[in-house]
Amino acid sequence: MSIDNLFSGSIQVVNLGLSSFLDALKESNTPHVQVDWKPGLDVDPSLISKFDKNRDIVDKANKEATDIIASGSPFLTGMAQAFEVIPGMHKKLILHAGPPITWDRMCGPMKGAIIGALIYENLASNPEEAEKLASSGEIEYSPCHEHNSVGPMAGIISYSMPVFIVKNKTFGNETYCTQNEGLGKVLRYGAFSEEVVNRLRWMETTLYPTLKKAVEFLGEIDLKALISQALHMGDEVHNRNRAGTSLFYRVIAPAIVRTSENREDAAKALEFIHGNDHFFLNLSMPASKAILDAARGIKNSSIVVVMARNGTDFGIQIAGDSKKWYTGKALVPDALFFPGFTKNDANPDIGDSAITETAGLGGFAIAASPAIVQFVGGNASDALNYTMEMYEITASESRYFQIPSLNFRGTPTAIDIRKVVEKNITPFIDTGVAHKEPGVGQVGAGVLRAPSEPFQKGYVGFASLLDE
Amino acid sequence: MVVKGIIKSKVYFDSVSLMRIGSELSSMPGVEDVAMVMGTDENKSILKVSEMLLSEFSDSNGNDLLIGVKADSEEIVEKVLEKMESLLEALQKGDSSTTTFVPKSIDGALKVLPEANLAMISIAGKYAANEARKALNNNLHVMIFSDNVSIEDELSLKKLGKEKGLLVMGPDCGTAIINGVPLAFANRVRKGDIGVVGASGTGMQEVTSLISNFGGGVSQAIGTGGRDVKKEIGGVMFLEGLKALKNDKNTKIITLVSKPPHQDVIDKIALELKGCEKPVVALFLGANKEELSDFPAEICTTLEETAQKSVELSLQLSLARECEFSNEDVLRERGKKSSNQKYIRALFSGGTFCDETGILLRDSLTDLYGNHSGKSILPLENLLKSQKHTLIDLGEDDFTVGRPHPMIDFSLRNKRIIQEASDPECSVIILDVVLGYGAHPAPDAELVPIITKALSINPNLTVISYVVGTDADPQNRKQVISALQNAGSLIVSSNRAAALFALEIVK
Repeated sequence: MSIDNLFSGSIQVVNLGLSSFLDALKESNTPHVQVDWKPGLDVDPSLISKFDKNRDIVDKANKEATDIIASGSPFLTGMAQAFEVIPGMHKKLILHAGPPITWDRMCGPMKGAIIGALIYENLASNPEEAEKLASSGEIEYSPCHEHNSVGPMAGIISYSMPVFIVKNKTFGNETYCTQNEGLGKVLRYGAFSEEVVNRLRWMETTLYPTLKKAVEFLGEIDLKALISQALHMGDEVHNRNRAGTSLFYRVIAPAIVRTSENREDAAKALEFIHGNDHFFLNLSMPASKAILDAARGIKNSSIVVVMARNGTDFGIQIAGDSKKWYTGKALVPDALFFPGFTKNDANPDIGDSAITETAGLGGFAIAASPAIVQFVGGNASDALNYTMEMYEITASESRYFQIPSLNFRGTPTAIDIRKVVEKNITPFIDTGVAHKEPGVGQVGAGVLRAPSEPFQKGYVGFASLLDE
Repeated sequence: MVVKGIIKSKVYFDSVSLMRIGSELSSMPGVEDVAMVMGTDENKSILKVSEMLLSEFSDSNGNDLLIGVKADSEEIVEKVLEKMESLLEALQKGDSSTTTFVPKSIDGALKVLPEANLAMISIAGKYAANEARKALNNNLHVMIFSDNVSIEDELSLKKLGKEKGLLVMGPDCGTAIINGVPLAFANRVRKGDIGVVGASGTGMQEVTSLISNFGGGVSQAIGTGGRDVKKEIGGVMFLEGLKALKNDKNTKIITLVSKPPHQDVIDKIALELKGCEKPVVALFLGANKEELSDFPAEICTTLEETAQKSVELSLQLSLARECEFSNEDVLRERGKKSSNQKYIRALFSGGTFCDETGILLRDSLTDLYGNHSGKSILPLENLLKSQKHTLIDLGEDDFTVGRPHPMIDFSLRNKRIIQEASDPECSVIILDVVLGYGAHPAPDAELVPIITKALSINPNLTVISYVVGTDADPQNRKQVISALQNAGSLIVSSNRAAALFALEIVK
């Protein structure tokens, strides 16, 4: 660049601030773009200059991280019960969604789901007993994310629960997630009635063995391929999993027919998958996590590798600081509510499912999912704008997951915490909404912005790891 | 309370659309709840939970739209259904309105306009340096209109720009013309071979406009911001701009416009000009001409002279310019005055004009007051009240806190004009009227009624205006001049002429 080049060519202008300055540019047919600028999140200005000094170092580390994320290849490779595969699992350990939390601070749906899980594990025979046990200190609670696992909504994983095993074949790391229970009264929304526990038992005794054999028969299922196809079919694989579930069904159905010893079990299993549009969510989530986990621990990388909520707090983890949680208050989503429910019934945001956004799916890919854009205000163009805005805070664009309506542009992938803070643009998340009381279940679905607090704290914490 | 269930058969709407319409209908006055779902078993179980599974729905299936309404009266239910029909209809029609994405940051903007090479920054000063740094790191030249940027930031930005071969115009740079495109507060001037580097925004507007009005043209006008030529910044960008003009094949004449730079900077400029093959015209407004006798340039003392010299060198001719006011004009105006009506009140929107007027008047007039006090100009006791001869820059912070610049917002100066007209000691009012981009779109519409009123309050008053700009400006100089003339203002073509005319009248 030089000033001579400027004078010998023509000017093209980026305008930050007064839009009246565009008049002269318009009249002289000077190419220009207006920036809808706003101040960054409030952080100590000395941190910004520290980041600025370390810009090349962090950029380089982020390049390494985004290359790892881009080359991740998650496959469903098998199924097992939690205790067989999940590191550290024991009878009195309950894994939950989001950052660490103690029983007394847990929200209604999470408490409800834990009550249900304790009954399911035969550690309690009724809700009262379960609640007493849950609060006794005898039960250990730990985030799914600290055990290579993810769970939607309350995200409860207990000892006996069957889980999918997803392997990132490029890097060898594995992740785990339970089978999706369907909609209505389900454990992940905090319901714990007999119906709920019976369904869990059926899932363990019938669905799981049927599926496990079919997966073994197939050897592996390429989830990355399924997700990219699903995006072309109108899913964003967080709030809409209809296409992904159908694609999975097409793959698994012949294998179930071939491997099941009991025709009725096979039919029931297939009906169950068919009847649950969200079945694929419990595969898109561990697939997202498997991709991102490979980028953990890259020194100096400011890429976010986890966004997760426990219904009370919203937490994030950063590649270059990945043991640590940075948290803030979880917010109540803007949602469309099922008939009879309002925002007053809604629990604050909950679940590990924001791992999809972290991997460039979900809200980040909402432009691919016109069927659900009404959650964001009604117009397909709004969804496009949300996805476009997420390119502002990501370090890369996916090589596999594409948005058809953006001419197959790769989805915005790998959130850079610097960009979130310095541009004051927080991630956009699709979500289901749980009733705040345990036992009620889902009351709506919608979207929300991640709170800024975890990102501000993460920015400060990450900065302390950088050289002066 | 009325509860009503309706089935619309053989239709399909997706659940999200129905929830959205349902929630809109629920918010109508007198409505407790509206449920809208397709009649699948799963949806019916949801309705059951919320006690909206009405008996009317028992015979429905997944191809039926179920509508349940709880409202205060039958009438309201009817209204809800009416509205529902129109919403469903609108839904089926779709909405083809498209909104285009507006980027939120410089790097976002570069994805939209990858060939961008210049960033204009006019956000609040405390954020401007950061964004300017991002622009430079993205290899964009930068014009920073914002003020209140620290001198440390200014220096580091300019060093970074110099290192990367990028212009950093500003902070507090109001005016530039790059490749013929007016940036921020600038005028549409003829293209030509005069390249300008300036550390004064309004000074550059006057010089470039006069160059154009005198028949010359401008290749580039590079603003640096006023602080560039101070010791702390050391003229970094003034020098870079100068070098660029030396190299620019379309620039034949180089014109420098600034308040007197620090001596170190003057020395550096002089060094840079050694051996420069292009003629150089320099105005260091307020500097002592004798002290610059070694400076390798044609030294001028006023904005007008600077423009004139530049054009004469450019066109290789001598502009025979007559005095714009005749002796008769002076005598006529003088003759109108009452005995105590003897003072000039100059009300400027451009700071450089205030300075230049002070320089032109200070040797001839005592009792000169103003808010740009300094050599022979005394500070006003009260900024809101003129004393004897008063020169006021209404663009100073004292006047602009919480309101737009007086080139855009005329209200404060309009009030002041009437205040001066009502002062029996006021003899002459001087007004600068700045045209161009960024300035008020119709200054004549603001000033005509005020000048008319001022002259009706005091018919012996003299109003002298000059219009900074060109006939190609959006406001059109000719039109503005004739409107002001019709309102009773005398018109001259430069700040200098206005000062000298006023001086003759009050002398």
